[in-house]
Amino acid sequence: MSENITLALSLLLALTMIVAAVMAVRGKRSLPIAILAAGLVSLLTSVQFLLLAAPDVAMTEAAIGSGLTTFLFFFVLSRVRGGVDD
Amino acid sequence: MIRRAFVLLLLLALGAIFLDLLLGFVPATELNETARYYAERSAADLGTANITTAIIVTYRGLDTLGEVTVLFLTAAIVGLVLSWGRRSAEGPQRQLLPTGELLTTGKNLLVPLILLLGVYVFVNGHLTPGGGFQGGAILASGILLMLLTDPMKRFSHGMISAVESFSGLVFVGLGLLGVALAGGFLDNRLLPIGTVGELFSAGVIPIIYSFIGLKVGAEFSSMLVNLSETEDS
Amino acid sequence: MAQIAMATGFILILIGLYGALTNRNLLRMIIGFTIAHSGVNLVLVAVGYLSGRTAPILDSAVPMAEAAERIIDPLPQALVLTAIVIGVGVTALMLAYAYRIYVTKGTLDIGKCRELKW
Repeated sequence: MSENITLALSLLLALTMIVAAVMAVRGKRSLPIAILAAGLVSLLTSVQFLLLAAPDVAMTEAAIGSGLTTFLFFFVLSRVRGGVDD
Repeated sequence: MIRRAFVLLLLLALGAIFLDLLLGFVPATELNETARYYAERSAADLGTANITTAIIVTYRGLDTLGEVTVLFLTAAIVGLVLSWGRRSAEGPQRQLLPTGELLTTGKNLLVPLILLLGVYVFVNGHLTPGGGFQGGAILASGILLMLLTDPMKRFSHGMISAVESFSGLVFVGLGLLGVALAGGFLDNRLLPIGTVGELFSAGVIPIIYSFIGLKVGAEFSSMLVNLSETEDS
Repeated sequence: MAQIAMATGFILILIGLYGALTNRNLLRMIIGFTIAHSGVNLVLVAVGYLSGRTAPILDSAVPMAEAAERIIDPLPQALVLTAIVIGVGVTALMLAYAYRIYVTKGTLDIGKCRELKW
């Protein structure tokens, strides 16, 4: 029973991650939305790590991959306003 | 659009390789020999409850030393690249509105709690999920909160690099002490192993992991501070 | 379970590489690289997963004596932990160089950097 729920959750996560990743790399969206979508992919990856029984990796990904990386992008983005072509 | 066709062809070839790997993957049902050794011996030999920590700090401690070195190099190069052609910081570059009362009070309330959480995470790295890298990132996010609420604040680069070099020195020093007094480089049996599951157990692993946490936190902070000190172009 | 995660990881790698190779904006290329990086980590962790087992942490639910029968492979986890930390360092380095290129050239378009083009 709980096995099935985990499986369904994992599938849902996978679909959301793929949609968010496509949003992040397609050139149509504005750059802040692309950065946030990449952060979302990272955050959902950390939930997937938790389902794969890897709490250490999940914590690292949530704190470093999804938190700090997004802020690094935004720091640089705020410095290059005007050079962004969209 | 010959370039786009080339990219699609490359991705198609990669996708075929990945599909082959995926279809040929048979999940293991038993641990392999190395993993079995770690699972059976790490609690008895090293006294850690968290086996991942035992691997990172002791069994593959040399890898971690290399990793911390790479991180140090990255932070140093980021600082170097961003400082090329930086004009001397004479006077305020831009006028910002002063920070509001609400923001200041909120920051004063939250930053100590965040720093405390970071310290908790890396001190308990040998018992619970977490450890030096996660705790260091949490420390750096406390620094990030201070930077966001007060953009004109200037952190002392000297202090950040002092914390960073001191932690690195302690890490290497404890490793060398392990050669002299225990079984080898980064051996944790300098101190008694103690009972598995207690805070003061697992020899020097909590000490080493705490200093890794401080070092990682200082490196991430120096990256953030360097990026935030670049001028508005 | 492991197969779903692994397939997702492979698809993320492909999407990330597509983004890095087709976009002309430097920041968008770096975003593509971070997505590919998440995908690689997901594949590595999925390799170490064993069905029906739990995380490699000993407590009252996983006593020391039967650890080898109850936990999953801890080695890929340690590897991926290293990879994530290195990955953010590499991302910071790429962002710093992108900022330098913007300062010297006034643009982030990779098509306008022609010094080394042949």
